[in-house]
Amino acid sequence: MAKLIMSLDNAVIREVPLDKERVTIGRKAHNDIQVDNLAVSGEHAVIVTILNDSFLEDLGSTNGTLVNGNPVKKHILQTNDVIEIGKYKFKYVADQGAGKASVADFEKTMVLRGPVPRAAAAPGAGGFGDTQINTTTTVSSPSHPPASLGKQPEKMAAVQILTGPNAGKELELTKNLTTLGKPGVQVAVITRRPHGHFITHVEGANFPIVNGKPLDAQAHQLNDHDVIELAGVKMEFFLKNS
Amino acid sequence: MTTKLGAALEVVTATDPGMVRSHNEDSIAADRELGLAVLADGMGGYNAGEVASGIAVAMLTSEMREALAGTSANEADASGTPFAVTLIRDSAGKANAAIYQAAQSQPQYAGMGTTLVAALFYDNHVAIGHIGDSRLYRLRGDGFEQVTRDHSLLQEQIDSGMISKEQARYSQNKNLVTRAVGIDPEVETEVHTYEVEPGDIYLLCSDGLSDMVEDEDIHNTLSMLRTNLPLAAQQLIQLANDNGGRDNISVILVRVLGDYAVPSGWFARLKAWFG
Repeated sequence: MAKLIMSLDNAVIREVPLDKERVTIGRKAHNDIQVDNLAVSGEHAVIVTILNDSFLEDLGSTNGTLVNGNPVKKHILQTNDVIEIGKYKFKYVADQGAGKASVADFEKTMVLRGPVPRAAAAPGAGGFGDTQINTTTTVSSPSHPPASLGKQPEKMAAVQILTGPNAGKELELTKNLTTLGKPGVQVAVITRRPHGHFITHVEGANFPIVNGKPLDAQAHQLNDHDVIELAGVKMEFFLKNS
Repeated sequence: MTTKLGAALEVVTATDPGMVRSHNEDSIAADRELGLAVLADGMGGYNAGEVASGIAVAMLTSEMREALAGTSANEADASGTPFAVTLIRDSAGKANAAIYQAAQSQPQYAGMGTTLVAALFYDNHVAIGHIGDSRLYRLRGDGFEQVTRDHSLLQEQIDSGMISKEQARYSQNKNLVTRAVGIDPEVETEVHTYEVEPGDIYLLCSDGLSDMVEDEDIHNTLSMLRTNLPLAAQQLIQLANDNGGRDNISVILVRVLGDYAVPSGWFARLKAWFG
């Protein structure tokens, strides 16, 4: 649970858990956090907490509300934000554990029950029934671009054929997978992964040979200038300077 | 006859918890002799997701094993529907009832459910049933297509023209399914039948694969590694993990090696009986 650490002149007064949806701050007695100081308005500000996000709103106070030194009307609180009301400071501390859990949870498959109202597609339009949790948390969660975007290893690599009729030819490894060899005889695949290039045996009785050593069924990481021998053809793997 | 079906199929299964989750809530099963592949992606707190997907897969496999011992999957009923279709529907219905009841009676399982995709091969055909966003793809020659259509909010948004497929890749609503097994007392299984051709490769997968790896990459992997299905399955999981592996990843690959028509006519049946 998120909390506020209330202090005056750098001395901590108390910690206030944000354990309900609305926590009000003001001079009058009915506030959740009562601040008995004339610089503070009767109803000064409110913090609305929805799941793991807290929002601060100034309720039209006379002397205003500062967050990190700047006057605000409405503000989405980030952890370690310091709210100033009069001479009092409130440091906002989000719940770290809950934050982590929400990132993991939002990926989880959930059921959307009943007929889907078309209007519900707009985020925050409501009408989600059971799945409201989902729509609100996803708003602050970063959308992840799927698959291979920006996931390539930094360097481009290529294979140059050293022997046989195609000697001298160069094959750039532009795809995530590149197969080499003769189908039906011997085939290997070079996979491009975030941490490098790997060669794996695909078919044929013989396994590829790298730098004179035959591979087993496991993937083998390729280093610059490794020599691969496949179906009687030698080729060199090398990294390109882009 | 069933042995013939078994010999006509190559089946490879693989499942992985991914890079983020500690539990694997996916369940998979395949029975080559029955020509059956089942994959379920469970959801629900604690271990309820595993329980739901486990019930679904166990229920389907045992129901089908029992039913197929008595009746051939290709036998059509009065309306011409092959038994395979009825069987998938009925067993999914039973799995739904079992999960729903467990969820109702035990508080720790409240709200659990699962997606489901099942393929039953029979007589040169395949019956494919699905509920939710677990998918089946088919590679035939150079053509790669998604056979099932997700029961998901995203798919409905695409269908209604609200968002494009391109936008859908970045959508944050990927994980909202509109239909699942075990959530309501009844569930409707979408079942279709297709003819198969020798050489076809069928891929059943959970959204841990299809959300993390683009269709084009799945296609490339399958067509390049089509001669080595175990490696293809391993490679697909590796791709999903390299892209972040945010969810459990499960794949079942089924390759049709040859013809498996059920012999018809008395002579063919007699031959099959002796053969």
